[in-house]
Amino acid sequence: MPTEVLMPALSPTMEKGNLAKWLKKEGDTIKSGDVIAEIETDKATMEVEAADEGTLGKILVPEGTADVAVNTPIAVILGEGEDKAAIKATKPAQQQKAAESAPPAKAQRQDAKTQEAPAPKPAKAPDAPTPQPASDPDIPEGTEMVTMTMREALRDAMAEEMRRDKDVFVMGEEVAEYQGAYKVTQGLLQEFGAARVIDTPITEHGFAGLGIGAALAGLKPVVEFMTFNFAMQAMDQLINSAAKTLYMSGGQMGCQIVFRGPNGAAARVAAQHSQDYSAWYSHVPGLKVIAPSTAADAKGLLKAAIRDLNPVIFLENEILYGHSSPVPKLDDFVLPIGKARIARAGNDVTIISWSMGMSYALKAAEELANDGIDAEVIDLRTLKPMDTDSIIASVQKTGRAVTVEEGWQQSGVGAEVAARIMERAFDYLDAPVARVSGKDVPMPYAANLEKLALPSVAEVVEAAKAVCYR
Amino acid sequence: MAVAQKVQSADARSVADFSKEQELSAYRTMLTIRRFEEKAGQMYGMGLIGGFCHLYIGQEAVVVGMQMVLIEGDQVITGYRDHGHMIATGMDPKGVMAELTGRAHGYSKGKGGSMHMFSVEKGFYGGHGIVAAQAPLGTGLAFANRYRGNKNLSLTYFGDGAANQGQVYESFNMAELWKLPVIYVIENNRYAMGTSITRSSAEVNLSRRGLSFNIPGDQVDGMDVRAVKVAGEKAAEWCRSGKGPYILEMLTYRYRGHSMSDPAKYRTREEVDEVRTHHDPIDMARQRILDKKFASEDALKKIDGEVRDLINQAAEFATHDPEPDVSELYTDVYR
Repeated sequence: MPTEVLMPALSPTMEKGNLAKWLKKEGDTIKSGDVIAEIETDKATMEVEAADEGTLGKILVPEGTADVAVNTPIAVILGEGEDKAAIKATKPAQQQKAAESAPPAKAQRQDAKTQEAPAPKPAKAPDAPTPQPASDPDIPEGTEMVTMTMREALRDAMAEEMRRDKDVFVMGEEVAEYQGAYKVTQGLLQEFGAARVIDTPITEHGFAGLGIGAALAGLKPVVEFMTFNFAMQAMDQLINSAAKTLYMSGGQMGCQIVFRGPNGAAARVAAQHSQDYSAWYSHVPGLKVIAPSTAADAKGLLKAAIRDLNPVIFLENEILYGHSSPVPKLDDFVLPIGKARIARAGNDVTIISWSMGMSYALKAAEELANDGIDAEVIDLRTLKPMDTDSIIASVQKTGRAVTVEEGWQQSGVGAEVAARIMERAFDYLDAPVARVSGKDVPMPYAANLEKLALPSVAEVVEAAKAVCYR
Repeated sequence: MAVAQKVQSADARSVADFSKEQELSAYRTMLTIRRFEEKAGQMYGMGLIGGFCHLYIGQEAVVVGMQMVLIEGDQVITGYRDHGHMIATGMDPKGVMAELTGRAHGYSKGKGGSMHMFSVEKGFYGGHGIVAAQAPLGTGLAFANRYRGNKNLSLTYFGDGAANQGQVYESFNMAELWKLPVIYVIENNRYAMGTSITRSSAEVNLSRRGLSFNIPGDQVDGMDVRAVKVAGEKAAEWCRSGKGPYILEMLTYRYRGHSMSDPAKYRTREEVDEVRTHHDPIDMARQRILDKKFASEDALKKIDGEVRDLINQAAEFATHDPEPDVSELYTDVYR
């Protein structure tokens, strides 16, 4: 059967073009790949290549024709043993259409549908799945509580998971022989050896991508960034390779990997070493983002993160590394990802924070108590997926909310929390949600300015009083 | 500037003769890729394929020759010009074409498209849309092989454009430092989009790009499937024996534009025709088969017909397969 050559689209947005020139004439032999014509769009001149072999039987649209619609037949190629008679027998209708510059096939299909049945309604996006986080495990009565630093808790979490699963390994800058730039990986090299505790060159982009590749192959890397400030070099791999591959592969290929390290301001290290990335990572579907504030949460959630089948961003804090708090002495203490924790129960105002922000929040709650304001403090622990239900339940009780974060305010996590409260608890609010955050400046070096750039207990107290109209 | 004349390495110039089975099998796979891509180009023109579509026409000998040196468990990863790699690894043209048309039974359920397809079963790790992102990922696949102590290697393809990206050199460094079993196959088709290699690269002999890391490299006539296989075997032997990474620069050529909307202003039609007429990997294989009487003209026509049928079936399937159900919108974000 003769094959029609259609006016091609050179981009999804192209609807018509000009037939500038025929490079073959009727009767010429055509090989697949031969350039047979040139067409012009407003952007460029393009060549039309034949996709079939045979003889150019008939040119349907002469050169010089303007505004030829995409998918209009422009020529007919005859196969072996076919002659021109076949065209005449089968093609008059198409020729007619071509002369009229027929609309593209897509539009024709739509027209046909319209005549047969009413146009289908545009599809509506299904509801987004709601996260259903598990509750924290019960700690059996009489369980010994061991006071340890967050640094030790994180180390123990990694060591326990490495003992449990040989596919888990740790890599990053100075994690092995140096014992960790912040000593979080202390002792791991001695216990697990150089094959599983791997010092990398200073190449964040490269080793992040290498870790993701190893995870695509089924290993379970824990990749340490000396700080998340340096992960900005690796961000393309974290977002484009780690977060999106499961979706882009239709669920075939996932990436079980943890990226961890200190995030946010330390002390006096200035703008390039003090950024809080909570909002950046929690923006991205495909990632889970965890930012604990206590040793117990750090241990239970890092173990959960290492076991989670998805890429997890685990945001630690340099100042919190040295803070001690009790951790239950259990064989396998794992906490649920995606579940907030009520750090302090109260009735008058809800203060929502995570990681280092919890230090300001809890101290502020004590001061507020002295002034007769009973604050409830929620530690989000996981930023993505966010435990919206716990926030809403608290705000429905208190009617007032304050968010506390070290990061910048615009498009921040506090802004997200405020929006969710507005969407789901608007009628319960007795005051607008207040946000306490880092100031909208690069972190200054000078001690006095740095202090001003960060949130303070006083600012949290002030905000809480303001929403309580006190 | 014939492709073959540019080859400098004596090793890579040597070509071992293929057996009848090898010639015919390579011919069929190369032809399948060629016909697949022609059909994809046609379907793009008809509006059935959206977005970006980067065709592999002209470069078929590279993937087909390299695939011949792989063993069970080896991994393949590449960039966005990936349809040929998928067909070479044995992925079903129906599933690939249906992904191009964004349909439910595409390899990624229609969620990935031309540049993002994967097959765990066939050891194909994508399909990556960010230039050179596959270099560290492929190095990580090799890391997994070494970690597990197996004999597998990672075949990590990228182009002459990607060869200028920083993460390639971060990968080279770690691969050699840790002696990872990875073959970096640089498909030098002379143009990064519309920028010729001489306008983008200070050192145009890309096989030398590993020198400061002590990674050996060869330039290979990437238009001759036999030369590709010989070079691939040498590199694979190097990797599997624990000596670390190897670089193969494949001198090749793409006949079509960078993507479908390519103005074709940066090179002459004569340049394209010269390669197509004198160095086409498929025509050369066909001629060898006839010269050596491995098959008759009629037998080759039969193969051509079978390949055409296979591709037509794929196109038919991809045209009529339904779009993914709307309920798929939120699936596969997490597992």
